[in-house]
Amino acid sequence: MSLDAAWAVDWVRRSEAAVVEHRDELVELDRQIGDGDHGENMARGFRAVVARLDALDTPPATVGDVMRLVATTLMSTVGGAAGPLYGTAFLRAAKAGAELDADGVVALLEAALEGVVTRGKASVGEKTMVDAWAPAVAAAVAAADHGAPPSEVLAAAARGAHDGAAATVPMVATKGRASYLGERSAGHLDPGARSSELILAAAAGAAAAADGPTAG
Amino acid sequence: MTDSGATVALVLVSHSRELAEGAAHVAGQMAPGVRVVPAGGTDDGGLGTSFDRVDGALRSATEGGGSAVVLADLGSAVLTTESVLELADPGTAERVRIADAPFVEGAVAAAVTAHGGADLAAVLAAAEAAAGTFGARGTRPEASAREVGAAAADATAAAGATAAAGPGTSGGREPDGSVRATAVLRNPLGLHARPAALIVRMLAPYDAKVQVDGVNAASVLELMKLGAVKDDVLTLTAQGPQAAEAVARLVSEVEGGFGEV
Repeated sequence: MSLDAAWAVDWVRRSEAAVVEHRDELVELDRQIGDGDHGENMARGFRAVVARLDALDTPPATVGDVMRLVATTLMSTVGGAAGPLYGTAFLRAAKAGAELDADGVVALLEAALEGVVTRGKASVGEKTMVDAWAPAVAAAVAAADHGAPPSEVLAAAARGAHDGAAATVPMVATKGRASYLGERSAGHLDPGARSSELILAAAAGAAAAADGPTAG
Repeated sequence: MTDSGATVALVLVSHSRELAEGAAHVAGQMAPGVRVVPAGGTDDGGLGTSFDRVDGALRSATEGGGSAVVLADLGSAVLTTESVLELADPGTAERVRIADAPFVEGAVAAAVTAHGGADLAAVLAAAEAAAGTFGARGTRPEASAREVGAAAADATAAAGATAAAGPGTSGGREPDGSVRATAVLRNPLGLHARPAALIVRMLAPYDAKVQVDGVNAASVLELMKLGAVKDDVLTLTAQGPQAAEAVARLVSEVEGGFGEV
């Protein structure tokens, strides 16, 4: 069952709920190896996205439309690096069409990762959100190759992001504000990887809900 | 000059409103008439960068078709600026460059260079050369005013030309045709930011390449890197059609203490 604009809207609402619920956790992670504002920034940004969604006269028609709304809102409301990084990720994801099959989901996730990498110029292993997105994309590709439906592809992506975020704990940061801490950044989970994990879990949750109770 | 005839403008993107405004103030003081637009802090006055504020600053800096160099303090200031440029109209984005430079030093170098009428590439280059501004003190050989006479005599003998004795000399020629002279720093703080900027601005109209102790006298930061202090003897050299006039002017400016004595 392909994912449409309604799924994308639900994804956004679940993301907002997740970052608001985990705001203090994200603040604390960022306080340890950053400037302590990631939780506040993400909550503010996604609240603004939901507010814009609620203010629309008609619901968005395509997944791409939702992505673009998220992108432009986050870019202008999320301070710090997360604004431009997530903003660019969703902007690239906005190339997605009206509805997504499994390959479409993979393409959306790949585009988002490409946006993060292009904007932030980080590679895997530098202790950033890339360390959640890259394994998520890899897991999504593998799932789609095995013929999984979109909701399964996203579930795999969410698991990949979870494992990837956990893997940032021992890393020494070589990008972003945490890189100024050098070795002291090791032993902490990267806040951008954590918020990425939350957002991808929200995407999977929205897809599972769209499948409904009849899903096998 | 840029196509629009205006000097290149600067946009200073910082996580702090005060830092952006302060740096704009410092840079602007050394380059009156150059448009330096601060864009610091979030929309509610906190620490962070604001897409809208940067967007507004870039529009203001480039209105009328002008170009701009952006100085950014920390990584996400660069990211925000890049995001703004990605969503701006292509005509504007083409006229903007983000400098990979230290925030304050780059702003100062860029402002003074822009003030001299340089184009976008030159202003950008000046900002990016600003890293590693201050060399270690004591790497320059010290010389006192007493040694000036000896140095002047040597220069005269080497150049085979007669020159006035005394604290400052001018008009001697090097074997390669460069004009050479010495001058003694008189002002209490030596060759600090203000006189360095004055030298650059003063030499800009002359058709000559000038060096002070071997460094490019068209660069504020190269001059400051010398760490020259009061009573130091500066060796001035110049090449080009107006080399002699430029050196003579420079000697009198240095010996005059840049108006600080």
